[in-house]
Amino acid sequence: MILQKNIEKVINKKLTINNKNMNEYGWACLMIAPTILGLIILNIWPLIQTCYLSFNKTSGFGANEWVGLANYQRMLFDPAVMHAVMNTLEYTAIAVPLGVIISLFVAVLLNAKIKGKTIYRTIYFLPMVSAPVAIAMVWRWLYSADYGLFNYLLSLVGISGVNWLTNPQVALFSIIIVGVWSTIGYNMVILLAGLQEIPKSLYEAAEIDGAGSIRQFFSITFPLISPTIFFVVVTTMISSLQVFEYIFMMIDKRNSAIESTQSLVYLFYKCSFITNDKGYGSAIAMLLLVIILIITVVQIKLQKKWVHYQ
Amino acid sequence: MKKRLKLGTIIVHAILIIGSVAMLLPFIWMIITSLKTLTESMAVPPTIIPPNFKWSNYKEVWELLPFGTFYLNTTLMLLFRVLGSVFFSAMAAYAFARIKFPGRDFFFMIVLIQMMIPGQLFIIPQYEIVSALGLLNTISALSIPGIVSAFGTFLLRQFFIGIPNELEEAAILDGCNRWQIFWKIMMPLTRSGLIALGIFTALFAWKDLMWPLIVNSSIDKMPLVSGLASLQGQYTTNFPQLMAGSMIAIWPMVILFIIFQKQFIEGVASTGSKT
Repeated sequence: MILQKNIEKVINKKLTINNKNMNEYGWACLMIAPTILGLIILNIWPLIQTCYLSFNKTSGFGANEWVGLANYQRMLFDPAVMHAVMNTLEYTAIAVPLGVIISLFVAVLLNAKIKGKTIYRTIYFLPMVSAPVAIAMVWRWLYSADYGLFNYLLSLVGISGVNWLTNPQVALFSIIIVGVWSTIGYNMVILLAGLQEIPKSLYEAAEIDGAGSIRQFFSITFPLISPTIFFVVVTTMISSLQVFEYIFMMIDKRNSAIESTQSLVYLFYKCSFITNDKGYGSAIAMLLLVIILIITVVQIKLQKKWVHYQ
Repeated sequence: MKKRLKLGTIIVHAILIIGSVAMLLPFIWMIITSLKTLTESMAVPPTIIPPNFKWSNYKEVWELLPFGTFYLNTTLMLLFRVLGSVFFSAMAAYAFARIKFPGRDFFFMIVLIQMMIPGQLFIIPQYEIVSALGLLNTISALSIPGIVSAFGTFLLRQFFIGIPNELEEAAILDGCNRWQIFWKIMMPLTRSGLIALGIFTALFAWKDLMWPLIVNSSIDKMPLVSGLASLQGQYTTNFPQLMAGSMIAIWPMVILFIIFQKQFIEGVASTGSKT
């Protein structure tokens, strides 16, 4: 009798646990359902589709024809794609270090005890809240060869007629300047937040030991903030590899500098939605994915050499 | 010692002010140019301050393109995207952070995959989906890809993980179910995270050019960004007008930023430290 009761008790207990668990699972499923379904429909399935499309020749009417690696072969011998890869890598290789170093420099300055910190921060962040389209327009006007402010200022010191946006050798650098200018504030804010977490006592100790500010930067600030720098480098790099808006807005289709400035994403846009060659566009997107993945993996490998996690 | 410090501060200010001028110059030039006549804008040497402000540039550009409609479209797009992604991400993030369930790691991998893949890989099929649903040239088309957010789920999960267990255990003892815990206890506690995500979503959705360019080609369904892009060349090459158009497009976000500065900065900073 007692035994039976005990068994019943155990069973009941088990049942309630199971019930409770089932209940938990139910809630969990319900709560993740919108996001997971959304991601599957809007991201995972499209990813598979894009991959599939890159092996197809597409026509405007949805009739796809499997062509194997033809798109990839075509890409290898397409000078426009090769140029785009080089332009994208060049843009990234210059814009990322330049942008991160300037942001870090400004962040370190703002981390000092100075007045007007908020005002400076607001000013530097301003480009971040302005649409790239609007920014590109005004820079285009500043760069104008005949009426631009820059060429006028340069003419005062005897340099004349720089074709900022039409000279193929200069145009990419002109775009890099805008790209760097517009991301300084954003990266600076992230870096500044990292700097503010470094305990002040470390600097006080260094001060007593007689370390100068440059020494302090390299032996305290840099190692302690290196995880944040790593984050900023990776995110800036990924967004630089996807540069599009500034080129789209500042370089016209008939501009002689288009070959030497168009990025992979620009070319992707052009192939997929202007010339409507979605198969080829997908292949270009796949190429971009491979490049980004390789660079990110290299970054993660390299971080062991310079990033210090506490 | 004190003197050296002072000199240091002056140098720091000098550098920061030079930097500020470089940051502000394009904006100042935008304002000045937007008030010039066409001839003034092309004068060499450039007119620094035009003798008469030509406010009519704003009126002309407003008549050239339906900026009122652009404002409305942008607002609706941001509203749907922000509300959708914040609400759905918070729900999913809470489950991922606080409930043990089978398949959790697998589902979370879907979130991570989305975060690691550049957006261009999704665009063509997303366009096909929107087009197949007959939604091209609608506000829904603008909002759909942003209605759920992998980044948001990831970010908010970090916030939920940071909340101590005791609160939740107490609520369970009191007989609250998961939804009540989430809605009544956890949501208020992660308010700063929700605001950060909201701002972040709005900022990036607002700046995105390619998607609106692709899905909404009819002028009355465009948000500000692609509307402004179509202004250049297609409607005018008159730079004072283009600058007036740019001013009309950027000021709402700039004003919002200046008012909610603290939230903007903290939001961006938290995305750096939480991910």
